[in-house]
Amino acid sequence: MALIRCENISIAYEGQTVVHDLSFQIGQNDYICIVGENGSGKSTLVKSLLGLKAPAKGRIELGDGLKANEIGYLPQQKDVHKDFPASVYEVVLSGRLNSRGFRPFYTAADKSKVRQNMELLGIRDLERHCFRDLSGGQKQRVLLARALCATKKLLLLDEPVTGLDPIVTQEFYQLIHQINKTSGIAVVMVSHDIEAVVEYASHVLHLQETALFFGTAKEYKASEVGKTFLGGGAHV
Amino acid sequence: MFEKLIEMFSYPFMVRAILVGVMVSLCSALLGVSLVLKRYSMIGDGLSHVGFGALAIAAAVNAAPLTFAIPIVILAAVLLLRISGNSKIKGDAAIALISTSALAIGVMVISMTTGMNTDVYNYMFGSILAMSTGDVKMSIVLSAAVLVLYILFYQKIFAITFDETFALGTGVKVNLYNTLIAVLTAVTIVLGMRMMGALLISSLIIFPALTSMRICKTFKSVIINSAVISVICLFIGITISYVWATPAGASVVVVNLGALILYTMIGVVKNRSFLSGK
Repeated sequence: MALIRCENISIAYEGQTVVHDLSFQIGQNDYICIVGENGSGKSTLVKSLLGLKAPAKGRIELGDGLKANEIGYLPQQKDVHKDFPASVYEVVLSGRLNSRGFRPFYTAADKSKVRQNMELLGIRDLERHCFRDLSGGQKQRVLLARALCATKKLLLLDEPVTGLDPIVTQEFYQLIHQINKTSGIAVVMVSHDIEAVVEYASHVLHLQETALFFGTAKEYKASEVGKTFLGGGAHV
Repeated sequence: MFEKLIEMFSYPFMVRAILVGVMVSLCSALLGVSLVLKRYSMIGDGLSHVGFGALAIAAAVNAAPLTFAIPIVILAAVLLLRISGNSKIKGDAAIALISTSALAIGVMVISMTTGMNTDVYNYMFGSILAMSTGDVKMSIVLSAAVLVLYILFYQKIFAITFDETFALGTGVKVNLYNTLIAVLTAVTIVLGMRMMGALLISSLIIFPALTSMRICKTFKSVIINSAVISVICLFIGITISYVWATPAGASVVVVNLGALILYTMIGVVKNRSFLSGK
């Protein structure tokens, strides 16, 4: 059974169909990249996967005990956090919120999970630092730790490397790769960085209102769609 | 000085004013942090004007001021939040619209009934004598409720203040908690506005949060610091108002301004020594 199975879904946004007749599935341990040009429906699809936007047609089925609120989500970067006073620890801890339900306070188990994930991402020493003072790469690590705290099975990353410098970007990809391999957590990444996509991903979903291509990364490289997109890297 | 303090506490109206003031300043400081960070500071100002209109109408129809004004301001708060969320009229313009309309309606009602007199002055700039014993009881019960709700939902409030998108994705009912913040703010504003004045009450929401953000680096420390600063400033303000017979609201705001300046200077010095230490 797949973690998420989408069957012929159409998603409409303010009356306009943005995504139509899309079918694909996310299996355990998969590393799926969603690529496509701006306005191809990637962000809308992300919303639907998170359960924030019900599809107008078709079904999104969750399997293997995955719940919609147990997806570790890393949102697109915004500059809302510029002057926000919060410690790294507070930010990561907020990832445990979905396991709380209506209970108001965190338990020792929540806190040890937080420490564990900070250790894993090498940000344990930043624990007391202020989030707004961190570099872009450190911020993304913190938000990734928060996402890891929210999930056991699936990470959903929405353009995670936008604005990071090349070295930090490579480190970030390594980190995701390592998490995917060692922790057995499936990864879904929306990305513009097509070179890295074919290097790391196991599967590629090329979205252009519908699935232009869905299959393994190897097949994608050999496919017509893939060749055009990879060759014409102008709009990366 | 000490004698003055004892003398001040011997007047029941002063004790009432301080009791209500402390509770209200505590609530507004906590809520203020979220409102300022979520860029909703002006909602406080808008709501106080709605409160002014509601109090004016309450006086005209001889209704109990608090029980009449609180539901109306809560309604306005929910409305303002909806408007800033999704509408063709943008948030700041909507707030200006609603607050000036409410102000105008309030002034019309007052001029048609009692005429423009000291009542209006008191509504605008607050009066330390405004609180009756019944009001005090109600204020304390309501502000205690605000505090308890805030503490119970603290983690959720942090999450939706820091990152609404992530909170939504992990199943937090963001709209519910946004509404909760708006409702709590509405209650706090109505409770505080007769003492602080409709024009000045929003300062209780904005100042402590901004002040503590000058030097605090974690959300929790900002919250605690705001609460402490707010209560201390209120107390000093009311004492000044008693000793020099200045309006209570204005005195509290001036003290808050002093605190902001002080913290800003400390923040600058701290940053500089931090940089040179590097």
